[in-house]
Amino acid sequence: MNAFLHHLPIVPIAVPMGAAAIMLLFPEDRRGARLSIAIGASLIQLIVAFAMLVLTTDAVTSFWPEGIGVYAIGSWGAPFGIVLVVDRLTALMLALNAVLGLAVVVHSTARWDRIGVHYQPLLQFLMLGLNGAFLTGDLFNLFVFFEILLAASYGLLLHGGGKTRVKMALHFVVVNLVGAFAFLIGVAMLYSVLGTLNMADIAARWDTLPVADRGLAGTGAAVLAIAFLIKAGSWPLNFWLPNTYSIAAAPVAAAFANATKVGIYAILRLNSLVDTNGASFGEGWLFGLAVSTMLFGIVGMLAARQLSRLIAFTVVLSSGTLLGAAGMGSPSMVAPALFYLVGSVMASGAFFMLAGMTERMRTATAQAPDEDPGQASYDAFAMGVPPVPRSADEEVGIAIPAAMAFLGLAFVCCALLVTGLPPLSGFVAKFALVAAAIKAPDISATPAWQAWTLVTLVLVGGLAGLIALARAGMRLFWSVTDRNTPRLSVLESAPLAFLILVCLLLTAGARPAMRYFEDAARDLAQPRAYIHAVLGEPPVQAPR
Amino acid sequence: MEIILALAIGTLTSCGVWLLLRPRTFQVIIGLALLSYAVNLFIFSTGRLRIDRPPVAGENPVDVMQLADPVPQSLVLTAIVIGFATTALLLVVMLAARGMTGTDHVDGQERDE
Repeated sequence: MNAFLHHLPIVPIAVPMGAAAIMLLFPEDRRGARLSIAIGASLIQLIVAFAMLVLTTDAVTSFWPEGIGVYAIGSWGAPFGIVLVVDRLTALMLALNAVLGLAVVVHSTARWDRIGVHYQPLLQFLMLGLNGAFLTGDLFNLFVFFEILLAASYGLLLHGGGKTRVKMALHFVVVNLVGAFAFLIGVAMLYSVLGTLNMADIAARWDTLPVADRGLAGTGAAVLAIAFLIKAGSWPLNFWLPNTYSIAAAPVAAAFANATKVGIYAILRLNSLVDTNGASFGEGWLFGLAVSTMLFGIVGMLAARQLSRLIAFTVVLSSGTLLGAAGMGSPSMVAPALFYLVGSVMASGAFFMLAGMTERMRTATAQAPDEDPGQASYDAFAMGVPPVPRSADEEVGIAIPAAMAFLGLAFVCCALLVTGLPPLSGFVAKFALVAAAIKAPDISATPAWQAWTLVTLVLVGGLAGLIALARAGMRLFWSVTDRNTPRLSVLESAPLAFLILVCLLLTAGARPAMRYFEDAARDLAQPRAYIHAVLGEPPVQAPR
Repeated sequence: MEIILALAIGTLTSCGVWLLLRPRTFQVIIGLALLSYAVNLFIFSTGRLRIDRPPVAGENPVDVMQLADPVPQSLVLTAIVIGFATTALLLVVMLAARGMTGTDHVDGQERDE
């Protein structure tokens, strides 16, 4: 059993990769086989991620000392081989990804995976890229996983086809290619100065760097951060985000809700490793960008007329909030920020799904998006006969009654979560964030104006979100002209309810959850244990 | 050699950035290609510029200082493959956009429309 557990860190990478590859062997019309593989793979990822969560707590100390697990791929020890590292932050992100991934996979079965080819395999590749990016302890490997997740997201964004999607995908691909170049330049600069790509080794060598080289290394880290900020959706690098997220198919947008957080994760990780002396990363630049991002999100929310676009701007706002918390450079901000991150990913994922379901409430004429969009992609890929064509209204499974009541309740829950009103987890997260921000100037070098700016913007953002969402909700549910009640299937609604339920659990279990986040934040503030766990592993001698 | 390489990278980058900011998709994709050359050369140069040095030691142990750094070479290889694949994908998207919108403007419509 223990021997198997030691291979646990590779499972979140190997399982989606294998599942996606096997799914490609089945023709598109063998939906049952494909689906069972996809759901099975997602379930395995969920179980493994929660096993990691348990293994990194203080409850189990014997297995991974100090809650940090290191897996040397091919037994090539760090810093020469590539290592996977599981610490609390990684386990948390993996669990979040697995929960959202499972919900998206199930949600898509109701209709979305029929309108184009290779939807489920692409979703698994997206999971693979995200899991890998969270796990890897090597900077160049992080680039590779970024590219995997981006390649999958290009395919997913184009899913369903249509003029708008192709137009936006063009922008999305170009922006991310430029981001990839920035990533490569940053990595190359760091390598030229430090002579290593292993993150722990970079952190270990950073302190002993000659003064003459510090400028170059800092520039490399800054160029690298640009790539992460593009992914995280920070102003002024985020003009692609609202357009892209609002036109993507609903479950795809839900899956993307987590993809922006990989940028936040990378910044938190880099911040923790590169700046071991506790100074704030980016010398206040990050905070300035965060403030602009939040303002952009707030204005965008108020201006948005379409629900999915409004939600995309709430994603921008949450990115800004997280960047602001990271940019204040106070270790006490990290734990509330992680709480906020988890809640906001679930909430925006659920909200994007809900937006997709309410799309169908509009009149039948406005509803036909692009006349049979799937057909074009079937022709393009010469996939033979597409599966039985269905009309957009026809659903699989049992239709649940009281669809409008469900949608309305879900809307209220999502709105409460996103804006941070009691009693759901969004409120707990924002309360913790504001409380930590007010206390931050007393216990660290954070200037008081930064703390109060963040507090103000968080509160104003909540208010603006409430106004915008109340307006959208009234237009959606209370204006009765030309509305048809959509038929919802259980398969489609259950994931939405599941995500909201997870948020409820997070509210109820706020205390243990917060303790875990505080441990994760402590690890980030003191990267010694991480460096020791990675570099302290004795390299395995090759057999002679 | 350093000067020549630096000039080459600089020229490629500036041309690439300029083309990237142009309104036609063809210009954008050529700009991206130039940028990727510049980035690849840049990565290559981080292993220090040396001529006629083997990257891998043979049977006889030699002084490590006599070897070229193999890591940037493998990084460049990976970067080329990934850049090539994504550029190919971009080409497909570009052609689809051209076919669907009837124009090669990056926004899918001419400015005065």
